Parts: sequence; C-alpha cells; structure tokens
Amino acid sequence: MDLESQANIKRIAESGGLSKGEIIVVLGASDIEGAEISAQTVTSGDPSYTGPLAGVPLGLPVYHILEPDLKPFIPEAVYEENIGIWTMATDTKDFGERFKAIREKVAKG
Amino acid sequence: MENWLSGKSAIVIGERDGVQGPAIAKCVEAAGGKVVYAVTECFV
Repeated sequence: MDLESQANIKRIAESGGLSKGEIIVVLGASDIEGAEISAQTVTSGDPSYTGPLAGVPLGLPVYHILEPDLKPFIPEAVYEENIGIWTMATDTKDFGERFKAIREKVAKG
Repeated sequence: MENWLSGKSAIVIGERDGVQGPAIAKCVEAAGGKVVYAVTECFV
C-alpha cells in the first residue's frame, strides 16, 4: 500500500471523528497475495516497515469487494456493472474465506 | 440477513489492475455505506 494511502487511513482512523466500529476498509486488488498484504497493513501494521502504518496496529475490519458475503447487499445492477466481470476471473470463494480468517484473527486480538 | 454495510464509513482501496476505487465506492454507497476515502493504487 502506498505511503500516501497509509497516511490518510491513519489520519481517518485516529482523528476521533469516527469510532472504530463505524469504519471498515474495502479492498479491490485482484491478486489475493497483494490484497492480504494490504489487509495486514490496516490491521496489524505495514509489514514492509516503510510507511506511516509501520508498527501501528489499527485493527480495522477489512473486506474485499469480491467476497461473496458482500454481494447480497449491493443492488444487482450496480454489482454487475462495476464488479461483475471480476467475478468471472476470480475465485471469489477463496477471497471470502481468506478475508473472513483475517477478520476473525483481528477480532481475537 | 442484516445489511451490516449500511451506515458504515468505508475506506476504499482499489487497484488499477483490479477493481478500481470508484467501482468499489459505487457498490458500497449503493449498499448504504458512506465512503470517507477512496483511492486507486497502482503497483508497477
């Protein structure tokens, strides 16, 4: 995750204007490994130790837009127009399982 | 099933070679969430 994004996420999460229960992070990276690194950055801190989130465990709930669990809440026409093509090229179930595991790990602390 | 996206404040991190930020933002907002930050990153 680039440094500017890390700085902005840190500012939003720590501003005090929003409680942690209100904030979620939604990712869109098409490769699962890259998505997991971004997820790690907003939960336990920047694994590369180069950005503003190095050593900062925000513990934010993180989701991937391709997770099957999100689909029921998005109107079908909007989903198909913006996301549909990716569901044909991606193992969405795998994304769902991996991100669910990440969230469970964060919830346990 | 409860729509847990409704009312949430979402930080959206899209990717140029994946699902881009504006596409994610449209889905989140259509589901009742509020986008507080959206970006499309580029990994080269």
